[in-house]
Amino acid sequence: MAEQQSIKVEPEFDVAQVRAQFPSLNQQVYDHPLVYLDSGASAQKPDVVIDAISNYYRNDHANVHRGVHKLAERATDAFEGARERIASFINAESPREIIFVRGATEGINLVAQSWGQQNLKSGDEVMITEMEHHANIVPWQFICQQKNAVLKVIPMNDRGELLMDSFRDLLSAKTRMVAVTHISNALGTVNPVKEIVSLAHHVGAKVLIDGAQAAPHSKIDIDEIGCDFYAFSGHKVYGPTGIGVLWGREELLAKMPPYQGGGEMIRRVTFEKSDFASPPYRFEAGTPNIAGAVGLGVAIDWLDGLGLGNVSTHEAALLEYATSKAKETPGMRIIGTAENKAGILSFELEGIHPHDLGTIFDRQGVAIRAGHHCAMPVMQHFSVPATVRASFGVYNTLEDIDALFRGVARAQELFG
Amino acid sequence: MYDALRELYEDLILDHNRNPRNYPIKPEGTNHSAHGFNSLCGDEFHVHLKIADGRIEDIGFEGAGCAISTASSSLMTEAVKGMKVEDAKTLFTHVHEILTEEQVRDDKQDLLGKLSVLIGVKEYPLRVKCATLIWHTLHAAINKEQGIISTDD
Ligand SMILES: Cc1ncc(COP(=O)(O)O)c(C=O)c1O
Repeated sequence: MAEQQSIKVEPEFDVAQVRAQFPSLNQQVYDHPLVYLDSGASAQKPDVVIDAISNYYRNDHANVHRGVHKLAERATDAFEGARERIASFINAESPREIIFVRGATEGINLVAQSWGQQNLKSGDEVMITEMEHHANIVPWQFICQQKNAVLKVIPMNDRGELLMDSFRDLLSAKTRMVAVTHISNALGTVNPVKEIVSLAHHVGAKVLIDGAQAAPHSKIDIDEIGCDFYAFSGHKVYGPTGIGVLWGREELLAKMPPYQGGGEMIRRVTFEKSDFASPPYRFEAGTPNIAGAVGLGVAIDWLDGLGLGNVSTHEAALLEYATSKAKETPGMRIIGTAENKAGILSFELEGIHPHDLGTIFDRQGVAIRAGHHCAMPVMQHFSVPATVRASFGVYNTLEDIDALFRGVARAQELFG
Repeated sequence: MYDALRELYEDLILDHNRNPRNYPIKPEGTNHSAHGFNSLCGDEFHVHLKIADGRIEDIGFEGAGCAISTASSSLMTEAVKGMKVEDAKTLFTHVHEILTEEQVRDDKQDLLGKLSVLIGVKEYPLRVKCATLIWHTLHAAINKEQGIISTDD
C-alpha cells in the first residue's frame, strides 16, 4: 500500500484552478479582495465539501446504525464510507481504528481519559513538549492530577526545534506516554516524529501525535510514523467543523474503557450493567456528526486528488518566498526558524503590537491571526505576549504574500 | 482622503503608546491596586492609586499591551490624576457607556474632552475591549476588588 502511494503520479497543480473552487475566497473585505492567511486556525471549504454536506441533508439524512429503512441505510453507508476513506488515506490497518470525534482536542482528551485512567498510576510520567497547543497540554494535566502522575516537558531551542538530547535524558522506564505535535501551530516546526516514536517505544512508552497542523500539509502515513495514536481536525483539512479523527492501534483501543456513555457505544444495557461495543463504536456515544463525517470524507478525497506532494511543494514555495521577504523587512523578527518547517510564518514587528497589526491587516482585507495561538508556553519561551501568524493553505499565492507585506509597510508607515 | 486606520491610530494615540505617561510607575504611598488581563490578546496592566481624603492623589500603571490599551491607560491616568474619587467613578461610567453603547448623544461625548480620541475605536468592535480594560481595572482598584479584571470574556 505504502509503495503504491509513493509511486503514484501526481496531477498538475494549478493554484488558480484550486482557488476557483473556494467560493468564500471570492469576496471583498473593506474594499480589498480577501487575502486569507489564517488556514492554520481553520481552512476555507471547497465547493465539493459544501455540496456534499448540502446533498447529504437534502437526500440521505437519517440516524445511523439504527433504522431498517432506506434513508438509514444510505446515511450509514455514507458515514461508514467516510470512515473507510479516512482509514485508507492515513494508511490505517482497518476502519475500526478510526474514531470520529469533534476534533483534535476531543481526540486527545479521549486518549488522556480512557487510556490514561486505565494505564497511569502514581509516579508515572507523561511527556509533552514546550511547543504544544493547549489541546495537548491541558488534557494531560487533568489526568496527571487525577492519577498523581508527573507531566514532563521536552524543551526546545531558540529556533523552535526540540532538544532531542534532553528528550533522551528525560526518557525512562517511568515514561508511559509521549504526546507530541507533528507540526507546531505557533512556529511551523516539523518535529522528527519517527525518531521520537522509536525512542519512546524503546522505553515502553506509547506515543500520541497531534496531527492537527500536519494533516493539511503533507501525506500522513501512521504506519510509517509508527505511533500509537494520531489525532486531527476536519476543519483544518478543508472539511467541516465539529468533526475530527482519532486513529488508535486496534489492540490498544480494544483494551481501553469507554470515554462517554450513551447510545451507539453499548451492546446490551440492563440496570445492573452494560456491555460495551467494540471499537470504534465504544468511543462514539450518541448520534454522531454524520454530515460532518461525510463532508470530511469528501474533503480528504479532494485533498488526496490534488496530491499531497503537490500541496507540500506549493506551501514550501510560499514559505520560502515569505521568509525571504521577512528577512528583508527592517524590524521584523521571525519567531520559529526551524530547519524543517511547514507553511507558517510567525513574527513580531518592532514597536507595533501584534493586535494593532491584526487590525491594520484586516482593514486591507488580509486575514491573519494575532495572539498566543493557544500556545502560551511558546510565547513565554520567546518572551513575547503574542505574535502575528500568517499560515498558508493550498489556495494561497505569491500575490497573497505580497499583500501581507504591503500590510506590514502600511503599519510601519502609520506607526512612524 | 478618509483613512479609517488614521481615525483609530491618531497621533495622540500613537504618542501615548510610544511615551506612556505615569508609566511604569507604582507611586509611593499606593493604597489601591488592581490587575487587568485580557487573556485572548495578552494585554496586561496593573493600576496603582494613592487615594487620600476622597481624592486620587497619585496614579501609575505598569504592564504592556497593544497601542490602544496602552494609550487608553496613559490617557486615563492623566485624566484622573488629582480627581475626586467620585468624579473618577462618574468618568468611568461615561467612558464605558460611550465606548460600548451604539447610540451616544453628542453632549455626552463632549464630557470626554481629550479622551474623545478613544471614540475612534468604536469603528473596530473587536478592539473596544482593549480601550476599556484599563478603565475597568481603575474601577476595581478604587473598590479594592481582588482577582483579575478582564474585558474579553
Ligand atoms: C497543533 C494543534 N493542536 C490542536 C489543535 C486543536 O484543534 P481543534 O480546536 O480543532 O480541536 C490545533 C488547532 O488550533 C492545533 O493547531
